[in-house]
Amino acid sequence: MSTKTLKLLSDPLNLNNPITVQVLGICSALAVTVKLEPAVVMSLSVLFVLAFANVIISLLRNTIPSRIRIIVQLVVIAALVIIVDQVLKAYSYEVSKQLSVFVGLIITNCILMGRLEAFALGNKPWPSFLDGVGNAAGYSIILIIVAFFRELFGSGSIWGIQIIPDSFYDFGYVNNGLMILPPMALIIVAIIIWVQRSKTRELIETN
Amino acid sequence: MKALRNYLDKIKPNFEKGGKHEKWLSVFESFETFLYVLGDTAPKKGAHIRDAVDLKRVMSVVVIALIPTLLFGMWNVGDNYYQSIGQTDVNLWQSFGYGFIKVIPLVLVSYIAGLGTEFVFVYIKGHEIEEGFLVSGLLIPLIVPVDVPLWMLALATIFSVIFGKEVFGGTGMNVVNPALLTRAFLFFAYPAKMSGDTIWISELSKGEGIVDGFSGATPLANAAAGSLDKLPSTMDMFLGFMPGSIGETSALAILIGAAILLFTGVGSWKIMLSVFIGGITMGLLLNLFATDTNPYMALPWYHHLLLGGFAFGAVFMATDPVTAAQTEKGKWIYGFLIGFIAILVRVLNPAYPEGMMMAILLLNVFSPLIDHYVIQGNIKKRLKRAKAL
Repeated sequence: MSTKTLKLLSDPLNLNNPITVQVLGICSALAVTVKLEPAVVMSLSVLFVLAFANVIISLLRNTIPSRIRIIVQLVVIAALVIIVDQVLKAYSYEVSKQLSVFVGLIITNCILMGRLEAFALGNKPWPSFLDGVGNAAGYSIILIIVAFFRELFGSGSIWGIQIIPDSFYDFGYVNNGLMILPPMALIIVAIIIWVQRSKTRELIETN
Repeated sequence: MKALRNYLDKIKPNFEKGGKHEKWLSVFESFETFLYVLGDTAPKKGAHIRDAVDLKRVMSVVVIALIPTLLFGMWNVGDNYYQSIGQTDVNLWQSFGYGFIKVIPLVLVSYIAGLGTEFVFVYIKGHEIEEGFLVSGLLIPLIVPVDVPLWMLALATIFSVIFGKEVFGGTGMNVVNPALLTRAFLFFAYPAKMSGDTIWISELSKGEGIVDGFSGATPLANAAAGSLDKLPSTMDMFLGFMPGSIGETSALAILIGAAILLFTGVGSWKIMLSVFIGGITMGLLLNLFATDTNPYMALPWYHHLLLGGFAFGAVFMATDPVTAAQTEKGKWIYGFLIGFIAILVRVLNPAYPEGMMMAILLLNVFSPLIDHYVIQGNIKKRLKRAKAL
């Protein structure tokens, strides 16, 4: 792989992260990150939908009239989302119930429309695929970090397994209820942005 | 006093550029300016106002104004405790001593956690330490229940200093009141320790040696449950003989504080007055529409002002000059809405027995908007006048 194609994968992880830099897809980042498991499932769903929607739109890019391109994009995304939704319902019903409407709401996730509009409509299928995977991975990383901390401090567990020992609770430790509430997800995302910006010189604005 | 000044002068070179402890200059300066007003506040020439009152002196006034509520709160903690275990033959000093031992750790933890966080930020950023926490540090223990675990208080204080203040640029830049943010953090993160009937009186949640049938419910909780007959008498409410957060129970002690703030010009009388007007308006409105199904709505308006954190919030929280509205007309709107919304939440929202915290935080966020419209309105008015000429 050349550096250019590699950049398609690595850029969204840091310099062009869809959540922390472009601030897209925040709504689902708040909603599904209470526990780690739904966050991972959500990440995989977005990965699947985004990668294949990018490929399909990229294949169709020369035949879509530009006046109706949004509706075509929506049809493609919606079809993929329904596939994901049905698969989840069939094979992991519990998680699907936890995610409830948010799988369906992938359709309205700004990251998807953004990538289709900005990248897939003007690029060949293979780079589009990589771009989709890269952006979904960038989204997933943030989701997983947020969910990790929210589950650890909010429920005292990771992936449903209790991590904080009982002796802590006997000593007076209490799970932080704020972690379960959506505002804390915003604050954790803010902390991630803070750390990322202080570490990455390119992201610091000069004024 | 002279010796202290000499000592400071002696060690000062160590902190100046090239000295041994160069990095600690900001910390040294903060202590020095806390103890002494330095003479270089304004140049000798020109039309500057030269006054010894700087931010540290203003903050000290607020701390002094808080002392009556703190002392009364200590006594009240002890008094409530002895009542709950059925001991009636205790004198004033025993009650006060018990409360003192219970409250001092809260004050210490709040100051150590908050100032510690500030010092860390000062050290990293290298700017002068800001004195805003002098007041917040004392406000925080006054608005929490006495039994709140110390580690929770420390965590909440650190959280609110970082996310309420430092990320916005420190003292004077904060959007919401840091002390109230601490309480909001505790309230949402650890609801079991911040609400309910057993947490307001020291040791009551352990349930040992409690008199049969003794209830630690606050008057607000009783009122929310509709049992208005259990409320203390109006005089008791005014003097503060009831369970509640440490500093908020006594309207009398708060009034003394308010008098100090108003006399020295530190607090804005417009905000205080308009908060009370807002509360009274909502209280009267609810009285008008009171039904049998919600007896709380029939609670007399003056009870609302004496219960819960209303008076404390109006005097010490709403008047915070950083987070309140800055324009004179804006202050009226800001205060009125605080009082109005506080009572509205209190009576009509069953999830929150007290609405003062929410109302002040909400209006803190809205105060720049209020200011904006007041200023725009003024500009329009003056433009019109200029055109008419």
